[in-house]
Order: sequence, then structure tokens, then C-alpha cells
Amino acid sequence: MSAPVPLTRLLLGEEAVVAEVLGGYGCVRRLEALGIRPGVRIRVVNRFSFGGPVTVCVGRTEIALGRGMAKRVLVQREP
Amino acid sequence: MRILLFGNPNAGKSVVFNRLTGVATLSANYPGTTVEFIRGRMRIGDSFAEVIDVPGAYSLAPASKAEEVAAAFLEQMGEDDIIVNVVDATNLERALGLTLQLARSRKKMLVALNFWDEVKATGIRIDVEKLSRMLGVPCVPLVAITGDGIKRLVAQIPCAAVSPIEFADEQRWAVIGRIIGEVQQVSHRHRTLGDRIRTATSQPFSGVLVALCVLCLTFVTVRVVGEGIITHLSHPLFSGLWMPLMEKLSFLLGGRGLLHDILIGRLIDGQIDAAQSFGLLTTGLYIEIEVILPYVFAFYLALSLLEDSGYLPRLAVLADVVMHRLGMHGMGIIPMLLGLGCNVPGILATRMMESKRERFIAIALLGVAMPCMSQTAMIVGLAGRHGVWALASIFGTLSAVWLAAGLLLNRLLPGESPELLTDIPPYRLPYLPALARKLGMRMVWFLREAVPWVLLGVGVVNAMYATGVIDILSRIASPVLTRLFGLPGEAAGGLVVGFLRKDVAVGMLAPLRLSLPQTVVACVVLTLYFPCVGSFVIIWKELGFRDMAKVVGLMMLSAAGVGGFLNAAFRMLGAK
Repeated sequence: MSAPVPLTRLLLGEEAVVAEVLGGYGCVRRLEALGIRPGVRIRVVNRFSFGGPVTVCVGRTEIALGRGMAKRVLVQREP
Repeated sequence: MRILLFGNPNAGKSVVFNRLTGVATLSANYPGTTVEFIRGRMRIGDSFAEVIDVPGAYSLAPASKAEEVAAAFLEQMGEDDIIVNVVDATNLERALGLTLQLARSRKKMLVALNFWDEVKATGIRIDVEKLSRMLGVPCVPLVAITGDGIKRLVAQIPCAAVSPIEFADEQRWAVIGRIIGEVQQVSHRHRTLGDRIRTATSQPFSGVLVALCVLCLTFVTVRVVGEGIITHLSHPLFSGLWMPLMEKLSFLLGGRGLLHDILIGRLIDGQIDAAQSFGLLTTGLYIEIEVILPYVFAFYLALSLLEDSGYLPRLAVLADVVMHRLGMHGMGIIPMLLGLGCNVPGILATRMMESKRERFIAIALLGVAMPCMSQTAMIVGLAGRHGVWALASIFGTLSAVWLAAGLLLNRLLPGESPELLTDIPPYRLPYLPALARKLGMRMVWFLREAVPWVLLGVGVVNAMYATGVIDILSRIASPVLTRLFGLPGEAAGGLVVGFLRKDVAVGMLAPLRLSLPQTVVACVVLTLYFPCVGSFVIIWKELGFRDMAKVVGLMMLSAAGVGGFLNAAFRMLGAK
């Protein structure tokens, strides 16, 4: 199994499983509440250039994360 | 007995609240519309119960201001109070996170499964009875916006129960997984038209194209609807019915005198001029009812459509790249858009922002460079006579100031821009009765907010002319106005009245017969120099005295700087 990478490294349309969320209690809680927590499968729907946000699909919903926030979400690529 | 509505952001609590109590609430299809709680009353049998619309929360471990408020409400609930947990049933798994936390509080509760029509349409099957059994509380499917199922919800209120469910905190998601596995079946579905629109409007390239089209379409709608109302409704009513009455009144009053000047204003070439006479009953009503109200109506029509469709969060994601550099995140675009209607609701909407820094920047930008619809309509009327170039220079300058002020504040203020983190709700077809209600609410609010100040503004103009104060003011201000901005001294009156209402102030410039450069400079300076009294009070209330003073200082500085620069630039270009 390869090492987890930040969410920002995923390509458009790529799927992965959340491995870890780095950051303080508040940040982890906010992401968890929106469904982004370890073990959950996510898919990158959109990536914006110039340091813009990343949009991911989690379950049935779409979540937009700022670039800085997305960097803290480590994901495991599919083998 | 109190009934508290808890639920995730954008689950539809405010709509349920409105259905239960009849109290008008603003709702829109994006998270965070309700930041403070709202109270109302409903009838249950022979007695009344207080209903509270608690701000949306994803979790009771507070990570935002709204969630703190929600957690505090749960804390202070009494024995016979009841929780109604409003749930977005199309997203049951996520919603149950809060539901289970509420269930553990050992309060009487019931669950309202909202968006039931969408659940059926998207091929989700939820076994409501099984869900009720597993949670140990009644669950009621409903469609809040159409009112379908509300009666069943009300009938179930006496059956609210304390959930017997128990689990350790770490196991919350495992418990939810088990419940979802038991009660929910999702059948595979094909890509719908909605999905395609969803993709096209949020992808970086096509998204920007769509955003530009939407903005153009919004402008066209505002113009066509606004002008349509003026031509077919407000102008015929005003000139055809009202003005003849005013002419009679003018004749009865003898054509002059103090009362005549206050009510009708000064006669121009022996006749009443609706735009220039400046009487309470002539120009005062003309500006507000004939010119501005149609555009304000058209603006809120377009805005409400955008809000209810769910487009705004997508626009926010697209705008994030820019907004991030201005010290906000993408959702900051929403208060800005509201501010284009009237700055007051825009400033209030900044309450959804988390950090003080972000709010300060947002409010400063709203105050400095966001002309409200009333002012925009008057500017278009005044500068439109000089052609498209005049309008382009005015609104181009304001956009540049907005951008520059944002970049500068983000640089200067300590701290960082917050990160965007938002749920993007699905597109929804606006439900017309709800849209009409919202539009009505906004119009009533606007009239109540605007009309007193307009009348006062026109009254002040009258008084200044009647007492000769205007001449004194002109003489005092003319060195500054002429040298710095290239404007005649009489424009000073506009700056005084602009504090009360900026639309009236722009109206005051009409008789001065300004040249193109003067018109551009005057319109820009009037927008920048000071907030109108309505916004002034709200800025003070929301930011406190010190930060309010900073915002006002910034406005005055930018008015002097930008107005002076424009005047110098026009001179250098030799424009007349």
C-alpha cells in the first residue's frame, strides 16, 4: 500500500479513501460533520487552479474545501 | 411548552418554522441563512406553544457560532420542551449524526424527514416505521415548502418520546452505519438533467462561462422587468393619476408659499417637475415609487430566484479564488450580492462569517464600494444621459476600488483569510408561492426602511433651499469641491442629503446640469464618501464604535483620493 497523500494531489475524477485529517479539534470536527472522516470514500469532482478550492463528492453530497483545508485531508489512493 | 427546531444547515428548519407559526422567515437554498434564533407561537389544541427556530448545526460539539447557539439551547431546555429534529432525508446518513446527539440528550423529540418528494424522485427508499422503531421516536415524512405532511407532524407532537438509544461517542458513526443499512435502500439511477447542469455550472471553465451568462441574464432581467414596470405601471399611475391631483393642489395653495414648497416644491417654468421640484408629495414619491421601487422589485425577483435555485453556493466556489485574496472565502460573495439590493441586509448577512477580521473586511467593502439598487437606479438615470461610457467609468471605478480596498485590507490586517468549507446543496426548482412570499416580505421591508428617510431627505433639501442654507454651504464647500473634484459648490447639498438617502442625493444633482466628467466624479464620490444613515446605524451596531469609525474613515479617504484622481485624470485627458 502506498503512503497517504494530500487530497490536493488527486486528479479530477479520482477516487480515494480518507486516511487521516490533520488539524485541530475544530477543523477535524467540522470536516467530520460534513461527512469527511477516516474510512470514507471520496471522489474529486472539481479542482480550481490558482490555489482555488477542491470540490469532492462524499456519499450523496458535494462539499467544497478551500485549498488550505484540502491539504490537511490525507487520502489513500486505490491500489 | 416550547418546541425547538434543530437540524443541519439548509435542512429547511426556517420553512418548517414558518409553516408551524405563520411567522415570516427568510429562507434560501444555501447553508447559514438563519444565524440568530427566531421565536414564534403555534396553537396546539387549546393552548399555545412557543416555537424556536434554532440556527443550523451539524454537530453539538460547537465548531461555529451557530452551533454554539444550538448547543446552548439544548442545554437550557426544560422538562416538557420538545425537540423537532428537521432532517434532510436525501442525506439521511449525515443528518443522523446530529439526530443521535440530540437523542442522547434524553429530551422528548420527534424527527421530521424533509424533502420527501426529492427522496422519492431520486430513488431512495426509507423505511420510516423501522427508522422510528430504531430511534425510538416518531418520524414524519414531509415536504415543508409545499406544506405537505405538516398536519401529520403537528398531530404527532403530543407523541414525542425520549429516545432509549445508547452508544459510546466513538461508535456514533458505526451506529449510524447500522441504522442506514437497515432502513435505507438506494437504487441506482441514470444521470439526470440536473446532474448535467450541476457539472456544467461548477466546473472551472464552463462554470465561469455560466456565471458570466447568469450575471448578464440577471442584469437584463433587472432592466427589462424594472423598465417594464415603469412604462406600464408606475409611470402611467404617477403621471396619469397622481400628478394631475398635485397640480390641482398646487393651484389651491396659490403656487407658492411655505406649505406649497414643502408639499409640492418649487415650480419650474410655472409647472411641477416630478424630478426637480423637490416637494414631499412630488419628487419624494416620484423617486421612490416611480423610479426606484420597480428596479428594487426586479432586483429582488432575480436574487430570490438565484437563492432558491441553489446557484449561489456554486458561484461562491467559483469566486473563492478571488474572495480568498480579499480576506474572505467564497461564501462572502453572498452578502455582497445582497448588498447590491440594499447595504443593510448585506451587512446583516455577514453574520454568517466566522472571524471578526472577515466580517470587518466584508462590511468595509460593502460600505465603501457597493452601490445599493436605489442608488444604482438613480445613477443609471443621471449618467445614462451621457452614454454608456459614463456608466462604464462609474461602475468600473467602483469595482476597482472594491478590489483594491479588499486586497489592501487583507494585506494590512493581521491574520489570514478563512478557508472555504461548505456543503453544496442540489439544484431545486424554486417553489413559486414561497418565492412570492419572500419577494413580498422584502418589498415591505424595503419600503419601511426607505420611505421615511426619503421623505426626510426631501424635506431637508426643501428646508435648505427655503432658508438659504444651501447658499452658505455651497460657498463654504466650493473651494474643496471645485479644486479637488471639479464640481460646482451646489453639489454640497447632495453630500449633505446623501447621508440620509443616496438616491435623493443623486436626484439633487439632476438640476445642476453636470458635464460628463463631473457626473462621473459626483456619482463615484457620492457612493464612496459616507454610508447612508440606514447602513451607518447597522455598521455601528454590528462592529461597535471603533471599527465603525475605521470603516467611515476608509470611505472618506477613498472618496477624496479616488474622486481627486478621477478629476485629475479627466483634466489630463482634456475631457469636458
